[in-house]
Amino acid sequence: MKPSNLTRWIILGVVGLVFAFPILAMVEFTFRDGLSGAHTLDHWTGLFSEDAARTYRNLFTAIGNSLLLAVVTVGIVLVILLPTMILVHLQFPRLKRVLEFICIIPITVPAIVLVVGLAPVYGVVVKVFGGSVWTLAFAYGITVLPYAYRAIQSNLDAVDVVTLSEAGRTLRADWGRVLWFVLLPNLKRGVLAASFISVAVVLGEFTIASLLNRVNLQTALLQVSQSDPYVAIIFALLALLFAFVLLLSIGRLGRTRRTGSES
Amino acid sequence: MTLTAPTRTMTAEPGSGATVELRGVIKNYGSTQALSGIDLVMEPGEFIALLGPSGCGKTTALRALSGLETIDSGSILIDGVDVASTPTNKRDIGMVFQSYSLFPHMTVIENVEFGLRMRKVAKAERRERAAEALEMVGLGAHGARFAHQLSGGQQQRVALARALVTRPRVLLLDEPLSALDAKVRVQLREEIRRITRDLGITTVFVTHDQEEALAIADRVAVMRAGRIEQIGTPRELYATPVNPFVADFVGLTSRIPGEVVDGEVVVYGIALPLLGEPQPDGPVFALIRPEDVALATAHMEGAIPASVFASSFLGSLRRTEFVLPDGSVIAVQHDVNDAPEVGDAAFLRLRKAPVAASPRG
Repeated sequence: MKPSNLTRWIILGVVGLVFAFPILAMVEFTFRDGLSGAHTLDHWTGLFSEDAARTYRNLFTAIGNSLLLAVVTVGIVLVILLPTMILVHLQFPRLKRVLEFICIIPITVPAIVLVVGLAPVYGVVVKVFGGSVWTLAFAYGITVLPYAYRAIQSNLDAVDVVTLSEAGRTLRADWGRVLWFVLLPNLKRGVLAASFISVAVVLGEFTIASLLNRVNLQTALLQVSQSDPYVAIIFALLALLFAFVLLLSIGRLGRTRRTGSES
Repeated sequence: MTLTAPTRTMTAEPGSGATVELRGVIKNYGSTQALSGIDLVMEPGEFIALLGPSGCGKTTALRALSGLETIDSGSILIDGVDVASTPTNKRDIGMVFQSYSLFPHMTVIENVEFGLRMRKVAKAERRERAAEALEMVGLGAHGARFAHQLSGGQQQRVALARALVTRPRVLLLDEPLSALDAKVRVQLREEIRRITRDLGITTVFVTHDQEEALAIADRVAVMRAGRIEQIGTPRELYATPVNPFVADFVGLTSRIPGEVVDGEVVVYGIALPLLGEPQPDGPVFALIRPEDVALATAHMEGAIPASVFASSFLGSLRRTEFVLPDGSVIAVQHDVNDAPEVGDAAFLRLRKAPVAASPRG
């Protein structure tokens, strides 16, 4: 039995309030004028003041680091995970369960445990690639696996990629062209979803960066919050807003240029 | 769905069909042998149907021919060249699949152009050839649509145009009509036959529908358990099946107990010529076609008493099943104006037509 409209609105309202309440509280907090009880725009306008760049230099560096990490992590998803999934789907379907199991593992392992395992690995990573912040993306590539895998797999399951690729090959396309001209356009939605979710996860990651002594948005926010909690909350809100926009875009940008109604 | 009549035919390339030959093709899936040494020769422009029950290897044979499946041994020759190790995209074949295979992100005309685009044909020329191919299948006005805006029959027509626009040497059709409703199936199969004949293209058509195979093909290869049981014209297969499997699979037969005596099958006292290999004397099931049985009256010579078991109206004729004295059921096709009721007593007469027989007991 389908729930009535009223029931649906009530459920939506309650869930919406649960999510909205802390966010609204954060917004309200950013306008507070200390303990006076009054409200002010100073905390927001202060971000655009002349000496803001110097005051919040570490924070802006951290934002840059997080964006770089997001880009590299998405690259790892697109270059390693996506082709592997397509290959398994088309050529080695028996390995699907194994791949799924491997990709789901990171969600079952707490970040702190993951770091304990990663610490000695990063000893080697630093020797090979140096200590640049972008190397953290190797760890993030693992943490985003469950989310990216789900997004891509649901798209793979929804499209008959086997028949489409076979049709492409009978029309003289080699594997590269099949991938580029036939499969990727039909997996756009899943690929974008995987990318955006990866970005959102990377922007919100704190534990691994903190324990491996790297600076990213979240570690910097913690640092800033100890001297200026208002700015920390403002940036947390902006990061949330950015992630929210990304997630909304999944539904919109992923649409193909199909026209007319589905038959 | 309304089907538009085709108005134009794509330019035929005289003699463009290739000779296709399968020599001792074997394909195993683990311990299962899907193809057990298939031998098949197709003349240029010939239309061959691979017919058989599910799991007989017909689709595997087609996919081996296309290169979508590798073979374990044997040769696949197109115009005398062994292509067994040539990848699919270099075999110069066209293929229409059972499931709808149009690229959903492309318009109809982009789909049809795809093969030409992969061959690096200039844009203007490929647009012209794609439009011509669409005209050929009666969908010239649908080029700007997407696959999801077409009916199943229209999608398969576009797939056919897409497969033919590159003027391949061989056209492979993997049960392309099985997802369509009965009326569209008949229309489209006629059209496929007309187009392939016009283009002179060598065509392999896989189906499990014997009526479809008999109606469309120059020759039909009946397959069972990875082997070709018999290959011949539809008439040869129907009239002179080499074994009971072919007789049973091609057309309708009733299994009636009889006895082989001196190379003939005796059924209810009537001696019928035996088809296929000679068999030793002994009990058999005679496989009798409905048209080889007629309604009779009690005083006719050789009349067999029977009672009506079931009767179906088939439009231009009626098919009635009768229970014989030994309990076996025999099907008879007769005039629609004779409409027996279930349980009615009747008499039947066997025509002295050759029959296949399978051992009994």
